[in-house]
Amino acid sequence: MDDTILEMRGITKTFPGVTALEDVSLAVRRGEIHAICGENGAGKSTLMKVLSGVHPSGSYDGEILFDGKPMQFRGIRDSEANGIVIIHQELALVPYLSIAENLFLGNERRGRGGLIDWNKANAEAAELLASVGLHENPVTPVIQLGVGKQQLVEIAKALSKKVRLLILDEPTAALNDVDSAHLLGLLRQLKEQGITCIMISHKLNEITAIADSTTVIRDGRTVETLDMRADDVNQQRIIRGMVGRDIESFYPDRVSSPGEEVLRIEDWSVRHPTQERMVVEGVSVSVRAGEVVGIAGLMGAGRTELAMSVFGRSYGRDISGKLFVHGREVNARTVAEAIDNGIAYVTEDRKRYGLNLIDDVRRNVSAAALDRLARLGWVNGNEEIKVAEASRKEMNIRTPSVMAVVGKLSGGNQQKVVLSKWLFTDPDVLILDEPTRGIDVGAKYEIYTIINRLVAAGKAVIVISSELPELLGMCDRIYTLAAGRITGEKPVGEATQESLMELMTKDKELVG
Amino acid sequence: MTSIKTPSTERPTPPDSTPAVALHSGTSDLRALVLNNLRQSGIYVALVVIVALFAVLTDGVLLSPGNITNIVLQYSYILVLAIGMVILIIGGHIDLSVGSVVALTGAVSAVLVIQQGHPWWIGVVAALVVGVAVGAWHGFWVAYAGIPAFIVTLAGMLLFRGLTLQVLDNISLSPFPAEYQKVAAGFLNGLLGGQGFDAFTLLIGALAVAGYAVSGFRTRLARIRYQQPVESFPLFVARVVLVGAVLMYFAWQLAHARGLPIVLIILAVLVLVYGLLTRRTVFGRQVYAIGGNLSAAALSGVKVRTVNFWMFVNMGFLAAVAGVIYSSRSNGAQPAAGNMFELDAIAAAFIGGAAVTGGVGTVVGAMVGGLIMAVMSNGMQLMGIDQSTQSVVKGLVLLVAVAFDVYNKRRAGTAR
Repeated sequence: MDDTILEMRGITKTFPGVTALEDVSLAVRRGEIHAICGENGAGKSTLMKVLSGVHPSGSYDGEILFDGKPMQFRGIRDSEANGIVIIHQELALVPYLSIAENLFLGNERRGRGGLIDWNKANAEAAELLASVGLHENPVTPVIQLGVGKQQLVEIAKALSKKVRLLILDEPTAALNDVDSAHLLGLLRQLKEQGITCIMISHKLNEITAIADSTTVIRDGRTVETLDMRADDVNQQRIIRGMVGRDIESFYPDRVSSPGEEVLRIEDWSVRHPTQERMVVEGVSVSVRAGEVVGIAGLMGAGRTELAMSVFGRSYGRDISGKLFVHGREVNARTVAEAIDNGIAYVTEDRKRYGLNLIDDVRRNVSAAALDRLARLGWVNGNEEIKVAEASRKEMNIRTPSVMAVVGKLSGGNQQKVVLSKWLFTDPDVLILDEPTRGIDVGAKYEIYTIINRLVAAGKAVIVISSELPELLGMCDRIYTLAAGRITGEKPVGEATQESLMELMTKDKELVG
Repeated sequence: MTSIKTPSTERPTPPDSTPAVALHSGTSDLRALVLNNLRQSGIYVALVVIVALFAVLTDGVLLSPGNITNIVLQYSYILVLAIGMVILIIGGHIDLSVGSVVALTGAVSAVLVIQQGHPWWIGVVAALVVGVAVGAWHGFWVAYAGIPAFIVTLAGMLLFRGLTLQVLDNISLSPFPAEYQKVAAGFLNGLLGGQGFDAFTLLIGALAVAGYAVSGFRTRLARIRYQQPVESFPLFVARVVLVGAVLMYFAWQLAHARGLPIVLIILAVLVLVYGLLTRRTVFGRQVYAIGGNLSAAALSGVKVRTVNFWMFVNMGFLAAVAGVIYSSRSNGAQPAAGNMFELDAIAAAFIGGAAVTGGVGTVVGAMVGGLIMAVMSNGMQLMGIDQSTQSVVKGLVLLVAVAFDVYNKRRAGTAR
């Protein structure tokens, strides 16, 4: 048997109300590239946070063996001292500092008298950069580098810490094809130098190209570890592991009877707000009254970007394309105009974009349509309470009172408050972005029931989700989105988890 | 009070409201009420304690009719500034320039009225126009150019102080005509006569108490009709009686001094108007929404820029009102007028429970915070404590007040 460098045994990690990891085990051989894949929210990142000490020892159950020795990391410094370095999806570089300053941040090269020896630091930095194939001057500010080069700086930083186990979270998610290829080549090179690598990725073609073994995680549990050298392991095999879950009767029944078209998006393109690349390109989507349309896409596919750019141009720049509501072209340049045109967008991140957490249920429910409760600018506070009470009953929001602070409610109840807020704007079409993220099973069912009720009342609903069973259980039609483009559209009857996942992981070249 | 026993629960409630019945049983437990509102009631308690402390330390001079009148006259302009400031702080901004704006508006008024001999009201109108213009200037840079308020108003502090010096040509102007002086130093009295006291002041006091009681009762009825929790009836009566007694005592003392100060009427109107504006209007609610979660407010269709702009225009207007009051009180305009006023106004807002992170605060709270500062300053002056010690004490009080607030919030956050 091969030499095992890392073994995680029976890892269980719970957050209030949610079990993120349940009895997860992972074994990584010395000097291999080990891929971890699974749907969004499967627990991949949580597992890596446990490994790197972000979730300190004691906050989870189970044990970690590194080089055969049990480890108890209290923080990221502990794990780094042992040569375990994690590179997060959102790069953690300080933009206005130079490459060398970033490389040695918190680990400065000191000379005499405790002062930083910049000559030494820059010379060492140059060596490190050469070893990752980055030809840049170490004094260049990081902000002048593209994302691909920044990624290389992160890896050089890891090397400076004498890394033995390198963990990369979605390393190529933000990279173009050339940069991705370069990065994967570098990983192979590091492997030859004896550095073990764990890579979280959604891109199955990359995994099959580079990984020696792959562990699939689903719903916080290890499904299987595949040896990529075996003959029968291909992308389809991995997909089966990622999605194999029974849907059964978890989704409430609904009789579908779509009516007229309510919203049509035509040839919609959006550029990233700060970078040059396009985030959404030539997307066309339509939804009819009484219809639930799904948009399936993995992280970084441009789902939220599409929705927010449609919703009053809340994201991106250089937005082009046409928007029709009830067959009439509308030009909604602000959120207020989008709301006036009957569009509602329920965010995937309710705490950041959906709620005023320090305020009460009542005022959150009325926040998007306060004008409906006001005459000449004066709010009728009593009517407002009545509206909030009605929402509380209708949505079954579990709160002691509508005067309770929203921040203290559970995730599911917070989500119901956000939904109430948007329903009070009386929209024709609701765009629900990950409507059941981070809420428990019971509340999920309630949300599904609410969606069904809305559709029955003639609303059009777009559900954005990366949980395929949810889309298959709820939708009439499903679009798949990959790298900012629509890669497929299927009536729910013809879609399977496998076929959707295949479309969602389709790469750009294959689409064109 | 035991004879009045009609708690709101015993009213017949419609049958469909059963799930919420437990909520309407009225919070009759005084202890629970105080604990639940520790943040809010904390500052009232602090004000009472500080008043009592200095009343004892000054052998009652603090609460003498003459001194109460003095406190009103001396600190009214800080309270006016604190109204605008707390609204900005709720919205997540700050204004460091208000002291300079007080000086500038006073100077413009003085030049027009004293130097050029225009009637007094021209000075007042010009000051208000200048204040609004300054506010629009700040509002433009913060709301439309996206520069943080701290920087914009720091620049404004220097800018408008400099303009004040230019307008005044580096000299002080005085005195104002008698009509102008009346704004801050005038009294309404003798309108109804009285023996040794001013009946008119007492009448206004009584009307205020009646207004408080009636509006409180109407709010209560409306809330019961909408099946909202209300305090028990005896507690309601106790609250009205207590507030009424304090108000009447205050009016009584004023009536035995020089009558009703005009500036108190101005202040009362402003507090009433802005209290309603912040709590009851769409604009006020959007200010809280922006301060509470800017992104969520923007994604809810709040026109963030417009609201930010008008917040600053409003601050400019109120700074001009304070400028008129101050110039009237000091009977002239000085190049150094209004120095450090911004800090007193900011302190009043924070002592009054506003949060540094925005989204929290009330106009009434800021008024109480301002009164705490006022009573402390006045009390220490009466005791002959020197300026340096006063400054130390005020600084510590500000720090302790905000620390207490932060501690409270953390406790509330972990409690559930």
